[in-house]
Amino acid sequence: MRRYSMFAVAREALRYHAGWERAWRSPEPKKRYDVVVVGAGGHGLATAYYLGKVHGITNVAVIEKGWLGGGNTGRNTTIIRSNYLQDASAAIFEKALQLYEGLSQDLNYNVMFSPRGLLMLAQSEHEMRGYKRTVYANALQGVQTEWISRERVKELVPIINLDGPRYPVLGALYQERGGTARHDAVAWGYARGCSAMGMDIIQQCEVTGIRTVNGKVQGIDTTKGAIDCGKLAMVVAGHSGVLAEMAGFRLPLESVALQAWVSEPIKPVIDVVVMANLVHCYISQSDKGELVLGGGIDHCNNFTQRGSWYTLEETTRALVETYPVVSRLKMLRQWGGIVDITGDHSPIISKAPVEGIFVDCGWGTGGFKAIPGSGWAMAELVAKGHSPLAEGFGLNRFREGRFIDESVAAGVAH
Amino acid sequence: MSTRLAKGGRLLDRSKPLNFTFNGTPLRGFQGDTLASALLGSGRTLLGRSFKYHRPRGLVASGVEEPNVLVNLGRNARLEPDQRATTTELFEGAEASSQNHWPSLDFDIGEINDKIGKLFPAGFYYKTFMAPKWAWKHLFEPVIRQAAGLGAAPKEADPDRYEQTYAFCDVLVAGGGVAGLAAALAEAKAGKRVMVMEQTAFWGGRAPVDGGIIDGLAPDEWVRNAIETLEKMENVQLFTRTMVSGLYNHGYVIGYQRVADHTPGDGRPRHRLWRIRAGLVITATGALERPLAFAGNDVPGVMLASAVRDYVVNWAVSPGDRVVIVTNNDDAYRTALAVLDAGLSVPVVIDARDSVTGALPMAVKARGVRVLEGRGIAKVLGRKAVTGVEICAQAGEGGVIETVACDCVAMSGGWSPVVHLFSHVGGKLIWDEAGAMFRPDATRPPIKADGTALARAVGAANGALTLDALCAEAGLAAQVEPEAPLAPVWVMPAGAKEALKFKAFLDYQNDVKVSDVQLAAREGYTSVEHTKRYTTLGMASDQGKLSNINGLAILSDALGQAIPQTGTTTFRPPYTPISFGAVAAEAKGEIFQPLRRTPMHGWHEAKGAHWEPVGLWRRPYCYPRAGESHRDAVNREITNTRTNVGLLDASTLGKIVVKGPDAGRFLDMLYTGMMSTLPVGKCRYGIMCNENGFLMDDGVVVRLSEDSWLCHTTSGGAEHIHAWMEDWLQCEWWDWKVYTANLTEQYAQVAVVGPKARMVLEKLGGMDVSKEALPFMSLAEGTLGGFPARVFRISFSGELSYEIAVPANMGLAFWEALNAAGAEFGAMPYGTEALHVMRAEKGFIMIGDETDGTVIPQDLNLGWAISKKKDDYLGKRAQARVEMARPDRWRLVGLETIDGTVLPDGVYAVAEGHNANGQRNTQGRVTSTYWSPTLKKGIAMGLVVNGPERMGEVLDFPGDGGVVHKVKIVDPCFYDKEGEKANV
Repeated sequence: MRRYSMFAVAREALRYHAGWERAWRSPEPKKRYDVVVVGAGGHGLATAYYLGKVHGITNVAVIEKGWLGGGNTGRNTTIIRSNYLQDASAAIFEKALQLYEGLSQDLNYNVMFSPRGLLMLAQSEHEMRGYKRTVYANALQGVQTEWISRERVKELVPIINLDGPRYPVLGALYQERGGTARHDAVAWGYARGCSAMGMDIIQQCEVTGIRTVNGKVQGIDTTKGAIDCGKLAMVVAGHSGVLAEMAGFRLPLESVALQAWVSEPIKPVIDVVVMANLVHCYISQSDKGELVLGGGIDHCNNFTQRGSWYTLEETTRALVETYPVVSRLKMLRQWGGIVDITGDHSPIISKAPVEGIFVDCGWGTGGFKAIPGSGWAMAELVAKGHSPLAEGFGLNRFREGRFIDESVAAGVAH
Repeated sequence: MSTRLAKGGRLLDRSKPLNFTFNGTPLRGFQGDTLASALLGSGRTLLGRSFKYHRPRGLVASGVEEPNVLVNLGRNARLEPDQRATTTELFEGAEASSQNHWPSLDFDIGEINDKIGKLFPAGFYYKTFMAPKWAWKHLFEPVIRQAAGLGAAPKEADPDRYEQTYAFCDVLVAGGGVAGLAAALAEAKAGKRVMVMEQTAFWGGRAPVDGGIIDGLAPDEWVRNAIETLEKMENVQLFTRTMVSGLYNHGYVIGYQRVADHTPGDGRPRHRLWRIRAGLVITATGALERPLAFAGNDVPGVMLASAVRDYVVNWAVSPGDRVVIVTNNDDAYRTALAVLDAGLSVPVVIDARDSVTGALPMAVKARGVRVLEGRGIAKVLGRKAVTGVEICAQAGEGGVIETVACDCVAMSGGWSPVVHLFSHVGGKLIWDEAGAMFRPDATRPPIKADGTALARAVGAANGALTLDALCAEAGLAAQVEPEAPLAPVWVMPAGAKEALKFKAFLDYQNDVKVSDVQLAAREGYTSVEHTKRYTTLGMASDQGKLSNINGLAILSDALGQAIPQTGTTTFRPPYTPISFGAVAAEAKGEIFQPLRRTPMHGWHEAKGAHWEPVGLWRRPYCYPRAGESHRDAVNREITNTRTNVGLLDASTLGKIVVKGPDAGRFLDMLYTGMMSTLPVGKCRYGIMCNENGFLMDDGVVVRLSEDSWLCHTTSGGAEHIHAWMEDWLQCEWWDWKVYTANLTEQYAQVAVVGPKARMVLEKLGGMDVSKEALPFMSLAEGTLGGFPARVFRISFSGELSYEIAVPANMGLAFWEALNAAGAEFGAMPYGTEALHVMRAEKGFIMIGDETDGTVIPQDLNLGWAISKKKDDYLGKRAQARVEMARPDRWRLVGLETIDGTVLPDGVYAVAEGHNANGQRNTQGRVTSTYWSPTLKKGIAMGLVVNGPERMGEVLDFPGDGGVVHKVKIVDPCFYDKEGEKANV
């Protein structure tokens, strides 16, 4: 792999950038791999990357139905934070945040991780009590976060209207280390890293069947032929249920549309990420200048990757009310992604009922921020059969009632 | 040099001059001008700076696809950034300024980026800025952010008004050109309810500029007749300045009407958003001309051929004296004719096709214009304005054959149908080889729930680009010059070398060049979505309208595949940007969400209640008196309630009536307790769990009659619980004979609480409210002080307490009567905080405090509220799972600090050691914590591992700043443990 740097770019500039090689190879699939990862989104690619980097397993293929990073990795609003409430969540999101902090350097690909600070507004007494609880929980979990006053909120977010007549801002939960990253770059950087380790990323290749013998996985059938594998990692978010069915088991997931939209680009007006869960809106500004906006999920199951109008409208109302200057700006584009949601709104990182199959899904509305941590834990689980970070997220928790419910801490998108 | 022509201008009213300013300079235009035509007419061609390289830019287009000339419009609170000059109607006093430059439009330091542009190819930022690690946050990103962005946001709140309205129609026609009007006429004559929406201020689209004869009439005349006919039809509504911005599932359509953008401050709403349910959407949205990709195609003065024609014909503006035409099709020759008709010169027409024989070229040649065949532009000369073009062989590498001086270049690369609306909800496109364009596939339209088509494309939007094709489709007669086929030209010249491709722009605003798309392909970003995201092609504020197809073609070529194999990126709403103000509309301030008021709301307000939002309600948190803090007020309200009598507006409590032969059976499934055996006239505390066994709501259930029950829910839970009931009744137990009705707002409810509560009711008179007639947990119906009332003997405070429901319209009068009757007994209203403290003093749980979606009733020592006699209830099976049955679950206890202080909200009790992820082990947490004015100390409730078996143990709760609170486990009931006070 040729290293990227300012000097390399300058050198290439002399010859109109004719010398850049492919960021990742695009090979035909081999007959067999030690591990096949299905799904070349952020989570699947990170799984493959850490399989190679941490566990030395490089005979790996990542199979992708469409184009890599084209699912929720390329559609989300790129918020990163780790101040989750429950122990299991805080552990994996904190691991993710720590990996994000060094990801550009690790991958030699600038994922533009921007620790610009993240606020979650408290707009009711109840919400305030919930966030204070998170502060104390996080302190014991080794996660940096703090409660800040409404005056401090105003300093950090000058365009905010603290005193809306309905839900005045009482303060906020603040994670200084939180922020954003460039979502596509995360997928591309991992893909490049995987490819450089000799892994095969095979796009436009749909899985059509999963072969098992005596309850153990043998391989998969795809639109590019049969591929044998020792282990199979399913990391396909909204389509996890479809894939699981091919292997003969079911997953407790529902698929729902989550929307996002952006404004036209403007000069910087907001330097931090702000979530307001009571009124359902969140906002940040991309480096390109667009306000990146989102809210709650649509309240019906859906696979169309399109959103409804009413959710967008409700959230926009909250945005205009909370940040009045938004009113005269214009919406440039809206889009939707399909999020896979479990019964407790927490993910599944688990061995499947079929030997040799592992599942990583159910990230709901919070998947992007987890990518490195999810990949790290999944790789460990696949490689060793056990991962402390994945411990709480096993499928058996639904049977046993060991739920990890985060909805208490973030009623909407988290 | 552009200028205003002495005569002509079909849209201009020269009798009405308008004054405006650009970058502070006073200029003049006319009624009918756009800001763009007025600027061009004033001799302004340098009008903006590009996003990345800060290259000088002028107008390219005359409509929605304009990528370059976005201005800051207005000032202060009415400042609007990124306003497209081509779609901004000029008005008196308009103030516009250019964006994205420093210190000035003419001299922009940022232009240095262009000089060293080779360092900044597509995606350079993914390869750089990685070291040192701290520098991204503290150096690179702040600099990039400042350099990026375009206009500036206003700093003040928006003073303008926006509104929304709803409509239904059989047919919505998007686009008021000839095709749209013809379709509207046909549908309207068939009796359909028709709405026609045209985004500009004028009807007729391109035809009046392009010419031809429709049904024997000039286009202007035909359009005028069509509008007159449509205006007379009652089943037709016509809208100008209204864009159909997006199609959504099931025929939901958003229309964006710019009511007063051209008359700012006149009191009308600025924008009106139409929310339409349409049976069919006819997309008559026309087509957009494509630029050609040659070096310097972005120099101010290089414009679309159709735009040059528009400026000349519609607004009598000459974009230049010497207009070179460069084209791959016949249509651009219309521009040559229009320019010649206006008395300007056309030094040469450069046609990339090897042989030019069409009627239009012949007409141009006949006027003495030199037409070059098989030629292209190697390079445009000039930096801030065009000074000439270097002509080369289109088939070659760019060797210069001759140089022609000019001050305007009109380019045409063919046309692309506007397929956005057709595509928004899944309509599919096909590649039309002849037109080198994607057009709607009529066999795969977006569909409705019944499988029929939701949208149909007509006219140019359907690929019928010429007037005769369009008229043939619409059943009209047309006379127009026939056009010879175009020849696809994606790069000019075909063999252009890197140096030329590096200055051949595709996405003007984002500075994406031919070389960038080829670089993306070379580096493996080969999916069209990867290319888009890597290069930012099509991500600018024109969203690729201008030249996405050119980019797709270049990508296809680089990959050696056919264009349809490459495909398009996804078309997403809105078609052009719409204001957030219009989306939010009237929902601002007090009514930004629906505001629910109890009948006593105004009374509380008048008494200076401090509000707390509870769902969409606002409830008094407390009623502070002069000089009182909220804390003082709460303490006073509690003490008064415990010693005298307090009044609580409990109207927000959910009140759902469940009725029918199977109602008892249904409630037995819904609640953990047995409701079917509840005697008529009796109350029972009930709790509900979800399928996972977790506690979700609680409240008192009252049996009103043999077949009807009244279920009280929490204030926040009423709608949710009602929906929950209906979910089960409609989806699972659809054959059970049960009806539910949410009567929350039909009744006002007041809790009369305290040792003197009975005296107050007796003073009102009319009912026997004695202990004997109305014992604890029972109901009486009758008349109280003249008000028809239901009186429940229930208590959430531990005091003698009545909750009284009266019809909502009598709520205020009843509340006032209670206050009056209670005056002599010291009655005072109390708010939600006093309610919370009093229930905590009694150890009563509060949904949302003691519960958080992870708590089962057994954790809260509510086993007594779970019937052991029932076979089943929602959550029963879940509660049998191993985790739920564990003996060491966190369970409810009371907590007291050793020193009597109040525990902070949300603190945890630590246990020894750390878990596998290095997190400190915990063994409990606080769920509610208050200062008890009754007990004069801090009290709290919490969940502790196996808590009820650990009474008296002292736990450590780390607080702020290293403080560790020593806390003793106690009984959760702090007040009147025997329950004597409530039961008197």
